Amino acid sequence: MIEIEIDGQKVEAEPGSMIIEAADKVGIKIPRFCYHKKLSVAANCRMCLVAVEKSRKPLPACATPITDGMVVKTRTAEALAAQKAVMEFLLINHPLDCPICDQGGECELQDVAMGYGKDVSRFTEGKRVIKDKNLGSLIATDMTRCILCTRCVRFGEEIAGIVEMGVTGRGEASEVGTYVEEHLISEVSGNIIDLCPVGALTSKPFRFKARAWELNQHTSIAPHDPLGANIYIHTRNGDVMRVVPKECESINETWASDRDRFSYTGLNAEDRLLKPMVKAHGEWQECDWSLALSTVHKQLENIHQHCGEDRIAAVVSPNLSSEELYLAQKYLRGLESHYIEHRLQQVDPQFIPTPLLARERQASIAEVEDMDAIFLVGCDIQREVPLLGLRVRKASLQGANILSLNPLDFHFNFEQKAQCIVSMQTFLFALAVWIQSELKAEELKEWPVLDQLIKQDVDYCGHPDERALIQAQIESIRKVFVAGRQKLIIMGALAINDPQASLIQQALLWLAERYDAKLIFLLAGANQHGAVLAGAMPEQAMSIVDLWHAKLPAYLLVNVEPELDCTHPALALKALHDASCVVVMTAFVTEKMLEYADVLLPIAPFSEYAGTLVNLEGKRQAFNAAVHPQGEARPAWKIFRVLGQLAQMPGFDYDTWTEITPDIPTEASKAPLSSLTERYRLPQRQAGLQLLPYWPLYRSDPLVRRADPLQRCALSADPVIALHPETAAHYGFKANEAVSWQQEGHVATLIVKTDPSLSLDTVYWPMGFSETACWGALAPLVLERMRALEENE
Amino acid sequence: MKDDSIFELSPQDKTAIDTWLAQYPADQKRSALIPALHIAQKANGGWLSEAAMKAVAVYLDLPQIQVFEVATFYSMFELAPVGKHTLCVCTNVSCLLSGSDEIVSHLKKRLRIDFNETTENQQFTLKEVECLGACVEAPVLRVDEAFHTHLTPEKIDALLAELEKKG
Repeated sequence: MIEIEIDGQKVEAEPGSMIIEAADKVGIKIPRFCYHKKLSVAANCRMCLVAVEKSRKPLPACATPITDGMVVKTRTAEALAAQKAVMEFLLINHPLDCPICDQGGECELQDVAMGYGKDVSRFTEGKRVIKDKNLGSLIATDMTRCILCTRCVRFGEEIAGIVEMGVTGRGEASEVGTYVEEHLISEVSGNIIDLCPVGALTSKPFRFKARAWELNQHTSIAPHDPLGANIYIHTRNGDVMRVVPKECESINETWASDRDRFSYTGLNAEDRLLKPMVKAHGEWQECDWSLALSTVHKQLENIHQHCGEDRIAAVVSPNLSSEELYLAQKYLRGLESHYIEHRLQQVDPQFIPTPLLARERQASIAEVEDMDAIFLVGCDIQREVPLLGLRVRKASLQGANILSLNPLDFHFNFEQKAQCIVSMQTFLFALAVWIQSELKAEELKEWPVLDQLIKQDVDYCGHPDERALIQAQIESIRKVFVAGRQKLIIMGALAINDPQASLIQQALLWLAERYDAKLIFLLAGANQHGAVLAGAMPEQAMSIVDLWHAKLPAYLLVNVEPELDCTHPALALKALHDASCVVVMTAFVTEKMLEYADVLLPIAPFSEYAGTLVNLEGKRQAFNAAVHPQGEARPAWKIFRVLGQLAQMPGFDYDTWTEITPDIPTEASKAPLSSLTERYRLPQRQAGLQLLPYWPLYRSDPLVRRADPLQRCALSADPVIALHPETAAHYGFKANEAVSWQQEGHVATLIVKTDPSLSLDTVYWPMGFSETACWGALAPLVLERMRALEENE
Repeated sequence: MKDDSIFELSPQDKTAIDTWLAQYPADQKRSALIPALHIAQKANGGWLSEAAMKAVAVYLDLPQIQVFEVATFYSMFELAPVGKHTLCVCTNVSCLLSGSDEIVSHLKKRLRIDFNETTENQQFTLKEVECLGACVEAPVLRVDEAFHTHLTPEKIDALLAELEKKG
């Protein structure tokens, strides 16, 4: 640390840091446009000129490293004259359109111009005009307002890893733009709206909707992924107007993903449920809460009385608050059923959806960027948890080696040192090869499954060439990983949703122990960790598939659209149709719900109630109600409270949600399930095509699917079936060919795409679309069946 | 008529780019961008079509926008078809003081075109450029890759005659 003096104040700062950083530390305001603490120094706006003793001319504070004993003056006549002169130049070409500019009222240029600008312009020549660019459905442009600070360009290159924006031309002809229109393919593109210091880049969904000074700001937590990004919800007159990030260095830094930023646009979708509804004699009728709740109470009580225990199942969203999940399971268990399930997409019940297994191995989000070896397993990190992807990219840029075992090459925005691309069912073989190389023969016996696996490797991993290739790839991954000092393993959704998830998990836990590596499990939704703590899962090892197979008389759904959110959607729909009582708590009504449900209860989405969420590192964060619930919607916890009271169950007399939180265990009472033993039987390796279901970024939950701007942006696409070109050729599919299939009366057509990034035999199958919703997610031979169907016609 | 939407770097062009690439570290291919654009421009008849810029981007493994940025920055790169010879006349301070106005009006009169236009016979394109870095010899004109200095209207006439003779 060295000491400098700024405006007479002594400041301690790191050697090599810039004057502006030291000044920011002690709250001395130096005007700036191009400087941003998260971006590289460009020093092109010149607004931050300050006087430095012994320097003949003013120096840019953002690009002048401090030296011991430096004396800086930010407000001398010389410094102010320089700042005002720069301001005058910056305003030369800037239009005077603040009254119709969305940035007005929260504009850095406007604010600084108030302090440093002249009231009259001396520039009488013509101002330049720049043609607007089309950046897609999320970002509106007014490029004439651009002051060429290049923050957006630097954000793309440095943070997001998309080099799509740039400065073209020279001198007065310079302009910021893209090479290809409507092509901003980034899951974090919305951040350039915040970065833009003027109104050149603004939010398209928010355009002309409200003025900054009319808005009320509420802190909240983003409800879509397990990062727990801090956000502000901005409201006006009881309506959510927009969402912006709230700075939280240890979680989301200063960023928000596009999903978190724009999902609010789905809040008031046309199919929003605003009143309770009951089905009487096959007709849907709106009713009041007391009738709806007593109907639910009577029907469930009746089934409980007549059918006995474990005849009612609750399927709940992992995006619900911990308080809701806690009361939901309490209510279910009050009805003598422990069939409550939040793991909508996981089929292996032995997979333990929590870092509780190895708490001391759990990596924090901030730690990710300090790692020097990161191993991604079945993980599309950019599109699962976008902001964690940025951390991995940051680590990579700082020299970390990123490695992956994936069913396809995701072409991440960071470089990968080594990859092993194999179909999901070969994952275990690949991991077993790694473990085997570390173990002596007698040690291997302690792990019967792997022993078995290695012995069976011939069956497990088909062709000898393939085996040798995998062995070589795993060896190069191992070498790089072992060489790292700080190591991290991230298990992603593709691995977690795999039928062999628990075995993969055990193998990764073993590797983590062996190499003293940290672990992250990318759980589903915003609060899966909280759901486990709240006890929102069965005590026995059973998955959601078992719940559908059980053909129960009653199902209770909370914020779930099973045909889009769950694995095995066809099976789910069948079970729901056959059940005698289906109660749906939802913010939105679908046509399917009107078919299978008996009672619809309107619940409040994340912006309309308060509670806590536990993120992937185990941090519990509270979010607040930004607006009152629309119509007669109520938070789900209040509904469960009344249902519990109606059933005269003990422990439902809460007045506020904050009274519930202390009752939720902070540690899972025991390891929820026993660990890996020899009772595992290896799943049979399936020949032929393997269906690999995945949830695209903007199909992840009911709210996101209703966010129209996200559905229209460059990252959203119609569902296609993706195959490796060789696999497609082998099974007789042509690229871009339309294939239709039918099942139980449902007919749909999908396009086949070929993609050499995929592993052989993998059918990359997008979930969350009605077109792909009808098969059990794991039906292996669907495409062959499709093929046959085509030929028969 | 040539289709401007198609452009491919010939093996000779690629070899030429490779000799430039060899001068820089393997992970810094961007360094060879300017020479590569010159090579592509020459191969494409004196200007850079979108296809030509894309071919360079693909060959150097660069984002297209970065190629576009450089191509639009430098006046040596043409983004629209040009005549056989490009006449770039400097109108910056030194040349202006030494009479570039007269040179410009003479050129415009002789060629019957304005700045950024091409003669009907596709022989000449006239451009106004910033300082060419030869102020001691002002006024200066760059014709293709050669400098012509201490210009007078007579010198211009002689030069144009010579160029026309060469065809």
